[in-house]
Amino acid sequence: MYDIAKMGTDVDQNTTKISARNVQVYYGDTHAIKDVNVEIGARSVTAFIGPSGCGKSTFLRCINRMNDTIDVCRVDGDILIDGEDIYDKRVDPVQLRAKVGMVFQKPNPFPKSIYDNIAYGPRIHGLAKNKADLDEIVEKSLRRGAIWNEVKDRLHAPGTGLSGGQQQRLCIARAIATEPEVLLMDEPCSALDPIATAQVEELIDELRNQFSVVIVTHSMQQAARVSQKTAFFHLGNLVEYGDTSQIFTNPQDERTESYITGRIG
Amino acid sequence: MTDVSQPNSAGTPQSSLHRLDARTKRRNAAESRFKFYGIVAILIGLLMLVTLLYTILSKGTGAFSQTFVTMQVELLESKLDKSGTRDLEKIKKVTTFGYAPLIKGAFEKSVLEHGIDTDLKTKDMAKILSKSAASQLRGYVIANPDKIGETIEFRFLANSRVDGYLKGRVSRESIANDKNITAAQLDFVDQLIAAGVLEKTFNIDFIIGADASDQRPEAAGIGVAMVGSLFMMLVVLALALPIGVAASIYLEEFAPKNWITDIIEVNISNLAAVPSIVFGILGLAVFINYMHLPQSAPLVGGLVLTLMTLPTIIISTRAALKAVPPSIRDAALGVGASKMQAVFHHVLPLAAPGILTGTIIGLAQALGETAPLLLIGMIGFIASNMPETIGEGLLSPNSAMPAQIYEWAKRADPAFYERAWGGIIILLIFLISMNTLAVILRRRFERRW
Ligand SMILES: Nc1ncnc2c1ncn2[C@@H]1O[C@H](COP(=O)(O)OP(=O)(O)OP(=O)(O)O)[C@@H](O)[C@H]1O
Ligand SMILES: [Mg+2]
Repeated sequence: MYDIAKMGTDVDQNTTKISARNVQVYYGDTHAIKDVNVEIGARSVTAFIGPSGCGKSTFLRCINRMNDTIDVCRVDGDILIDGEDIYDKRVDPVQLRAKVGMVFQKPNPFPKSIYDNIAYGPRIHGLAKNKADLDEIVEKSLRRGAIWNEVKDRLHAPGTGLSGGQQQRLCIARAIATEPEVLLMDEPCSALDPIATAQVEELIDELRNQFSVVIVTHSMQQAARVSQKTAFFHLGNLVEYGDTSQIFTNPQDERTESYITGRIG
Repeated sequence: MTDVSQPNSAGTPQSSLHRLDARTKRRNAAESRFKFYGIVAILIGLLMLVTLLYTILSKGTGAFSQTFVTMQVELLESKLDKSGTRDLEKIKKVTTFGYAPLIKGAFEKSVLEHGIDTDLKTKDMAKILSKSAASQLRGYVIANPDKIGETIEFRFLANSRVDGYLKGRVSRESIANDKNITAAQLDFVDQLIAAGVLEKTFNIDFIIGADASDQRPEAAGIGVAMVGSLFMMLVVLALALPIGVAASIYLEEFAPKNWITDIIEVNISNLAAVPSIVFGILGLAVFINYMHLPQSAPLVGGLVLTLMTLPTIIISTRAALKAVPPSIRDAALGVGASKMQAVFHHVLPLAAPGILTGTIIGLAQALGETAPLLLIGMIGFIASNMPETIGEGLLSPNSAMPAQIYEWAKRADPAFYERAWGGIIILLIFLISMNTLAVILRRRFERRW
């Protein structure tokens, strides 16, 4: 059931891309993330699992500093990407976010055309030299987002007019159009049917060759299928972190075991 | 419990859906009562609106037509240009007193030609004409000196009593104590109407013309005041829109949320509630007394109204920005847009309809505002000259539409009172068109997504 064969084949997999040290997150007085330490590998897929409200999204949002936009939110501790502290004063969050793309929990396409949704990122980062370039990026991203066939005839229709699942794939396509090095995905498949889910998982697997992917999911099967490492969060604590195969077959912590066997959640 | 609510085995249900139970009946009765109250409330509102519109229209439409007397005037060279050189300087030396005899002569001739039989002396005949007739003729001659010596057809305004007689405001009974007109003159007017010399027609000069002094209500128009209002609105738009939008964007999107911004926020809301007269006295103190800007100038009026409109624009712009879902900002930031790019590329376009509506409604409010103009001297000023350049339009003294209306309503002659109502019609047309524009723009923009 768990594709262990894939692991260990990639040379880069064990080099650390993101490392978090003693990360604490507070929303006002609420202590949402408690002392999390984690090393996330380059060119691999890391899954965050855990019951609702345990802080998966919060921690994910720390990695591209999206929490900066929430006034009451305070982050302590260090998060390093490629050895550089992203909470350093010299770091511009805008530059960081170009490097760390994100797919949000709720699909949030721009109220613009499908084409413009994808083209926006490349445009502001100057990734396309001309219209033909941009067209190509748009097509490529939509294909990788597993939505090209559904929208190729209506690229200039509004993105908000798509179905929920289509919108989510559009957002995935939008996030990869800027070629980030790290891709954070917050429950990207929660609104998708099994076929689209399979396509997105295929995409994640492909992205692994280039990027470091962090995915939040409520589906154990999905975590097992796509990830090499899994982190289990519970009430703001990182309870257990390790190889996916090990977490699912031989969890060390009692809470992990109850969660994956469906006893808490 | 379950077996009570279920039909029994024989198939007879415990309760019928065709019979209303007492509770449902009471609920339905309450609902119909509430609907009835609502309809009554709307009817009361509509009744007031209809009364208002009926009053305004019935009192104001008269201002749009005016009584004119048509006659052929011979522009005698011997009177107007004795030297015969057509030298403008010399022609200008002839005052309106020099023109009056020409009109009297022409009027008398016209009366004879039409076979009108009257006992009135020429002097009394000419009294039914407006005092503006001579200056109208003089103005024409100065503009067209080459026409001297020819006979030209003129349409002179009748005086306001005659006009009032045609509009039913003046009757033979009401003039018993009136020194300005006699019953004999009214008889003469009847004869003139029969002969087709005197008639009441649409008067474009009320809309485009200038205000006139107390003695000539028939010649007064709202046009110059309208231009004054236009220049004020330009000032308001040019200042309040950019300042208001910039302030709102900063407060809503960039400013940290702390006690300083809280205080600013509260004060902006308070500012919106400050009586407009306060802004007027502020304008007087700051713009006129301290900065020495000219009195009665639309620029000053515009500055004062800008102060007044700013809170309206800021509040509506902030509301429009707030209404944009935060997920759009997240989406933009998530692909690496800067805060400013997120705001200008995504948030502002979505907020634009709300901002536009707020701005237009703020402008409409400013257009109808009267009190602050009182203090900066735009009320009581007789707006008699059209500005010729934009600079003059901004800086030379002028009036504004509501100020002009107030001014007319204040004057003693009932003919001015009618013009005040006419002015209100014009002002309302402006306000209604602006509000319609706001609605149309909002619909237009909203449909895009
Ligand atoms: N903007 C916020 N302001 C205050 N508290 C917040 C905010 N966002 C999240 N929280 C709190 O932080 C905790 C973690 O929330 P988070 O969204 O990270 O959970 P999650 O693990 O992603 O849950 P789910 O699986 O339901 O998405 C929750 O208790 C939540 O109430
Ligand atoms: Mg979440």
